[in-house]
Amino acid sequence: MSKQVLFQQKLAYEETFSCVQCGYCLPSCPTYKTMEKETHSPRGRINLVKMAAEGKISLSELEEPIDLCLGCRACETACPTNVQYGAILESAKEAIQEEKNKTLNKSTKLLRKILFEKAFPNKAAMNTVSFGMSLYQATGLQKLNHKTGIGEKILPASLAAFEKITPDTTGRKRLTHVKPKGEPVFRIGFFTGCVMDTVFGKINDLSIRLLQEAGCEVEVIKEQTCCGALQHHSGEGETARSLAKKNIEAFERYDFDYVVNSIGGCGAALVEYDHLLKDDPEWAARAKEFSQRNADISVILAELTLPFRRKINKMVTYQPSCHMTNVQKRVTEPLSLIKSLPGAEYMELPDKNMCCGSAGIYNIVHYEESMNILDEKMSEVKKVKPDVIITTNPGCHLQMKHGVEREGMSGGTEVVHLVEILAEACGIEQ
Amino acid sequence: MGETTSAETIIEKVREVIPDESRILVEKADRYSYSFDASFGVHMPEVVVQPKAAEEVAEIMKLANKYLIPVCPRGQGTSLSGGPLPVKGGILLDFSQWNDKLEVDPEDMVAIVSPGVLTAEINKAANEAGLMYAPDPSSSSVSTIGGNMAENAGGPRGLKYGVTKDYVIGLEVVTPEGEIIRTGGRTVKNVTGYDLTKLIVGSEGTLGVITEATLRLIPKPRASSTLMVMFEEIVDSGRAISKVLSSGIIPAKMELMDQASIIAVEEYEPLGLPTDIEAILLIELDGHPVAILEEREQVEKVCREVGARDIKVARDEKEAQELWKARKLVSPAIVRIKPTKISEDATVPRSKIPEMFQRLKEIKEKYSVDLVVFGHAGDGNLHPNIIADKRDKEEMKRVEKAVGEIFEAAVELGGTLSGEHGIGTMKSPFMEMELGKEGLDMMKRIKESWDPNNILNPGKIFPEPGQKLVLHDE
Ligand SMILES: Cc1cc2nc3c(=O)[nH]c(=O)nc-3n(C[C@H](O)[C@H](O)[C@H](O)COP(=O)(O)OP(=O)(O)OC[C@H]3O[C@@H](n4cnc5c(N)ncnc54)[C@H](O)[C@@H]3O)c2cc1C
Ligand code: SF4
Ligand code: SF4
Repeated sequence: MSKQVLFQQKLAYEETFSCVQCGYCLPSCPTYKTMEKETHSPRGRINLVKMAAEGKISLSELEEPIDLCLGCRACETACPTNVQYGAILESAKEAIQEEKNKTLNKSTKLLRKILFEKAFPNKAAMNTVSFGMSLYQATGLQKLNHKTGIGEKILPASLAAFEKITPDTTGRKRLTHVKPKGEPVFRIGFFTGCVMDTVFGKINDLSIRLLQEAGCEVEVIKEQTCCGALQHHSGEGETARSLAKKNIEAFERYDFDYVVNSIGGCGAALVEYDHLLKDDPEWAARAKEFSQRNADISVILAELTLPFRRKINKMVTYQPSCHMTNVQKRVTEPLSLIKSLPGAEYMELPDKNMCCGSAGIYNIVHYEESMNILDEKMSEVKKVKPDVIITTNPGCHLQMKHGVEREGMSGGTEVVHLVEILAEACGIEQ
Repeated sequence: MGETTSAETIIEKVREVIPDESRILVEKADRYSYSFDASFGVHMPEVVVQPKAAEEVAEIMKLANKYLIPVCPRGQGTSLSGGPLPVKGGILLDFSQWNDKLEVDPEDMVAIVSPGVLTAEINKAANEAGLMYAPDPSSSSVSTIGGNMAENAGGPRGLKYGVTKDYVIGLEVVTPEGEIIRTGGRTVKNVTGYDLTKLIVGSEGTLGVITEATLRLIPKPRASSTLMVMFEEIVDSGRAISKVLSSGIIPAKMELMDQASIIAVEEYEPLGLPTDIEAILLIELDGHPVAILEEREQVEKVCREVGARDIKVARDEKEAQELWKARKLVSPAIVRIKPTKISEDATVPRSKIPEMFQRLKEIKEKYSVDLVVFGHAGDGNLHPNIIADKRDKEEMKRVEKAVGEIFEAAVELGGTLSGEHGIGTMKSPFMEMELGKEGLDMMKRIKESWDPNNILNPGKIFPEPGQKLVLHDE
């Protein structure tokens, strides 16, 4: 097979043809807005993937535009012709990473392997390294290509900035099984996530308590593993697929009505397992069934009744995560929960669907670019001046906290996960 | 004649003019990113420059004349006629990032804007002052005002409110030779000398580079009302259009969907539209709330008289949105059939609409192409769209022929090649057919006197000897 044909198969070449280059996606793209170049727009990126597949540019010329994409997929929701941008992006990432793997030295390869296959999926390991460090190491690896030692790259300003706002994770006990008072409305398998659970374990615990209050039986099964999102977005498709299979297998063994998570980013990966495994005859149907059973906590809670016991007398706003809006397509549920908060006044954030710039580990790998996007977001926040910014994803949560700090607003504005404020209204104590 | 020189030297010279390195793009990936528009063909510029001042543009034009480098202006590249393609290479001027000025003066009822401001933003700012910027191309939330002026863009509201040129009253323009001039002004009335403003508007970036514009705003209508009318025969819908207009009512919009587009929409997202009818007319009335009540009754009566099967009237804004949804879904629905959309905008006199429908039907059968018709029926600006797959070379050749015949039919019926998308590279081979040799020659002479070195956006509007419409990749 010629190299070109192989390229076209690897890159989602056929998908690029559904782009009619109308440009409707341009105004929704945060990187087009801040980087001011068609090269960093959805239409531009799709065109470049096509050019690479046709051999007109090299994969290394494609690398920067693809690397600088947040993967927020706002472009998909704006597209009138339903272009599968996510699939095009992932295909490009995988092809670029494969090409790079050929030239990576042994120790770097090993390190990547340990991090993506061992460290992330393993909670104990995640607990021993601090959150930012491990993330940085994972991503700093991309820079290792440029043959610098690891030592001098660790803890740059970007990481230090995030260390400051990362919650304290020590001394917490995990709930593994709770039952409601009467007959349960739903039996729920809870998906904890790896990074999320080490850093935001409190939110998982509160989620489980809320589900219990709403009448569900909740179980945290041991067999579950990492969702695979970070690996997938870093071009490690194989690892992502093998983690997906492990999760599907694990949850299949139980008879849950839903598999629930409170992490927008992981949820997005879980609802797309069917895409991830669509070419695998043995797994495609099982993946589909798993994806359909998956739901964000807001979806379940919006369907049930929460026993609110306290008033939240604050002005709140909501920064919907891209994963929630553009991938999981859950827009109304979180909002209806927020609007149901007793005593709270809701103000819509202008341009709310613009990404905050967190995007997985983007804000660590591309600190400058991410901060430019965050600055745009904060200028909208300043128009609303809320007491509370509500998020549904740990990445956005940290990013918004960082934004509030950068703007010197931390005195007046707090950032909370939706689950935290719901728990507060229900009078659930930690 | 100027000196010839290498790409490197040109870039060096551009660097002397543009102080900010980040606004000069030379990487291959960047240049490829400005090599296309929403039509056909890929043409690479040698360098992309993002100017943010008239003086910068002037300096670049002077450079270009000295070294005979082609210069091509580009807004957001949503052109459907190949207007911003750098067909001769050279310098591409990207205006999409020059959007710092958007001033609304409610007293003079004008807006002063930079070339890269998005059209929808102008209307939004005008609305806040109780005014409206009337031209509304469907691409208004993406396209720049500079691109709109260059193409003289129209839209659904064109029927009642006219097109871009009716709202441009003053311009700042950099001439192809690098002089900064002003045309028109801030007054609605202005008859001093030749109307260069109107000449520049619609010149597709071949006579001058627009660096600032003064636009006329009008009061925002107080209310609007929407109706959806279903017809069993497409010819009846044509009669309804004429009758409504001749009864003294000018709707804000009058949009048509033919049976193929109705079926496509229903298959894409079922809205409950009947698929056994040949046409739907969507009519929007606007103006004083009392007046539109009366007009609505009149429109209903007229439509029933010519045999409308059913009429739906929106009771509020939400229901109006629902009705318009059908029209909005046509584009995504039809590209599900096949990915490539050739969107034509041949326009005929209103009275010839039924005849044009007939001709389109024949062309569709003759070349067995997927042809759907939807668009601005009220002003005769039908949008025949052919759906194809550009990877299928044989099909694309049939499409080329069909498109050619659509143009012929429009011109024969006393219409025009382009109602709003412009000529660009796509329609230049047909120019003589509409204008005649002498007519086209007169236009060429104007171009030559403005741009003696043929530097600005060469290869557009005027056909090269032997040039034909080509829709398949070479
Ligand atoms: C889905 C879709 C729907 C559309 N609907 C409509 C519609 O309803 N009505 C309509 O009229 N068109 C429509 N169009 C066509 C297109 O949007 C318009 O032609 C628009 O005016 C182009 O604007 P732009 O900013 O993208 O300019 P570009 O496409 O970048 O350029 C268009 C032309 O303008 C020139 N130009 C750009 N900026 C300047 C400047 N500052 N000075 C001088 N010349 C300049 C370029 O050289 C080129 O010739 C549609 C297009 C698409 C893809
Ligand atoms: S995913 Fe987000 S950043 Fe990437 S191209 Fe789409 S809108 Fe832009
Ligand atoms: S909106 Fe969709 S079709 Fe249009 S340019 Fe963007 S990706 Fe392509």
